[in-house]
Amino acid sequence: MLEGLLTGLQTALSVQNLLMVIGGCLIGTFIGMLPGLGPMSIIAIMIPVAISIGDPSAALILLAGVYYGAIFGGSTSSILLNAPGVAGTVASSFDGYPMARKGKAGKALTIAAISSFAGGSIGALLLLVFAPALSSVALLFHSAEYFALMVVGLSAIAAFAGTGQVAKALMMTLLGLIMATVGEGALFNLPRFTMGIMDLQSGFGFITLAMAMFALPEALFLVLKPKELGGSGDSEIKDLRISRSEAKSIAPVIGRQSIQGFFIGVLPGAGATIASFLGYAVERNIATKEEQEEFGKGSIKGLAAPETANNAACTGSFVPLLTLGIPGSGTTAILLGALLALNVTPGPRLMIDEPQIFWAVIMSMFIGNLVLLILNLPLIPYIAKVLSVPRNYLIPFILFFTLMGAYIGQNNATELLLLVVFGICATALKFADYPLAPLLIGFILGGMLEDNFSRSMQLYDGIAFIWERPMTLGLLVIAAILVILPSYRARRARARAEGVADGD
Amino acid sequence: MALDRWIALLLLGVCLVYGYTAWFTMDAQLAPFMQRNPIWPSTFPKVLSILGVVASTVILLGLESSEQKVGDIDYRRLGDYHLGQALLLLGLMIVYALSLRPVGFLVATSGFLILGSYILGERKWHIMVPIAAVAAVFVWYLVQQVLGIYMRPLPGFVGG
Repeated sequence: MLEGLLTGLQTALSVQNLLMVIGGCLIGTFIGMLPGLGPMSIIAIMIPVAISIGDPSAALILLAGVYYGAIFGGSTSSILLNAPGVAGTVASSFDGYPMARKGKAGKALTIAAISSFAGGSIGALLLLVFAPALSSVALLFHSAEYFALMVVGLSAIAAFAGTGQVAKALMMTLLGLIMATVGEGALFNLPRFTMGIMDLQSGFGFITLAMAMFALPEALFLVLKPKELGGSGDSEIKDLRISRSEAKSIAPVIGRQSIQGFFIGVLPGAGATIASFLGYAVERNIATKEEQEEFGKGSIKGLAAPETANNAACTGSFVPLLTLGIPGSGTTAILLGALLALNVTPGPRLMIDEPQIFWAVIMSMFIGNLVLLILNLPLIPYIAKVLSVPRNYLIPFILFFTLMGAYIGQNNATELLLLVVFGICATALKFADYPLAPLLIGFILGGMLEDNFSRSMQLYDGIAFIWERPMTLGLLVIAAILVILPSYRARRARARAEGVADGD
Repeated sequence: MALDRWIALLLLGVCLVYGYTAWFTMDAQLAPFMQRNPIWPSTFPKVLSILGVVASTVILLGLESSEQKVGDIDYRRLGDYHLGQALLLLGLMIVYALSLRPVGFLVATSGFLILGSYILGERKWHIMVPIAAVAAVFVWYLVQQVLGIYMRPLPGFVGG
């Protein structure tokens, strides 16, 4: 492991990769701050850039940096404007915004940065411990178990969608799987469901779909319902220091929430949003009577808890991606798609076949967190100026980058038309409260799911693998239970409140 | 009937067509040697179509109790929002897609950015035009020179 760490450090500390982390964090913060643009859209827009870099470690490091930056940027706008850019930072505005109102914006930002840093770093440490262990277990899995595991993951995503939403999330997952079957499958070399259209021979483009599912509807929502972007926060950010007693009081919160957030992040379907709300609720419940009074009025604990938890959860969501190759959230699904495009298959073999990628990503998490703390924090007053860019200029640019992303990926103008059509469909689905992340996750996992299913069918000459392999049967039973028992999503607060991007 | 159930109806239709193709028409093209395989190209789609029909029926019939809640935007009052602007921008995107090849990247992009902000109500031409032009050239430089992806910069008849 030590050897791996050193390899990772060596890769991550190369000049190119350091620039990637710094650039990624800055871009992420910049865009993440804009209300309405979530990390999924930002990462989707950045994918063509990442892919054209060509080096998978550098690409993944860039995208991971963008991811952290986006979460951090989201908390900045929650604190300064009470306008969270990302669902995962809604809970940060409960206490962060009151603090800013009291003139303590600088302090709130520092607490947010330190909590994020601690959450992310402790999360990365846990990842360091758990990912290799899980990988070695995962190596024992056969295609039958993989198939079952993916079914569990997909059902868990549906089950966590909340009351009254399970069927919709399931439907979206199935739609994603159905869309994945369009085109020529690797296993059969037969075009399927192409309706004779040549452009569909290679299937739908994943980047186009990602853009159409997230970036375009979010931009259209900004057009339909203009939000107040212009803030007054930029001039008041001063006094970034926190006192020793404050540090002392938030330290245990950070410790607890890092661990809790990480494990929530590992679960498929849960993620930064749930982790932050749960973290906030837990800390409020265990605080002393007088501290409880403070919650919601500018409590530093109330700010530290969700900030720590959402960053730890982001790190935790990398565990299933890196060890099993199964993404648990929309964002990691997009990362998986980018990796596949770079000819890297995440999964238990990643650590053995391409250790430099695996370890470099983990090391870059530490570096990324450090960059956010020491580089971004002093720059925040200046970065916050992006909030005053008029939307008349901003929106055409967002739309243009969406178009560019789809065009560069395929170099095909038909792709742009597909983007618009899918974007309109996605917006309609969003109106009707259908979750869009499961569709993309289903689409990305579809190919792998079918491959593993087919391989097991061939090995066992039929569906006998389901009952002949106890682990497969067990996993499939779990999947069925997850879907049938309408599981509740604990206190799923109004994540879709004003100006919040869907998911994490 | 609420929009989500109309969509469920539509999806049910999609699943039925998909299922019909998978169950009845796809296997006809199957080569004889593949028929002995335990798995056919249509096997997985068959499973998906059944699950899809079940899921969309559940939504359509409202079997799962769900509270009616209004999301970020209430689609029933779509007219209250800037619907015209959104539709015009979508139209502009289609025009951009169709004109990208014939008129070249630089012209199409500057046009898109200028018209985009025009649609949103911006009238300060002295700011819009330079910003759009600089951005178009900058992105073209980035994509063509740095990323190495060819994009025709100028209209075809100029020789771009």
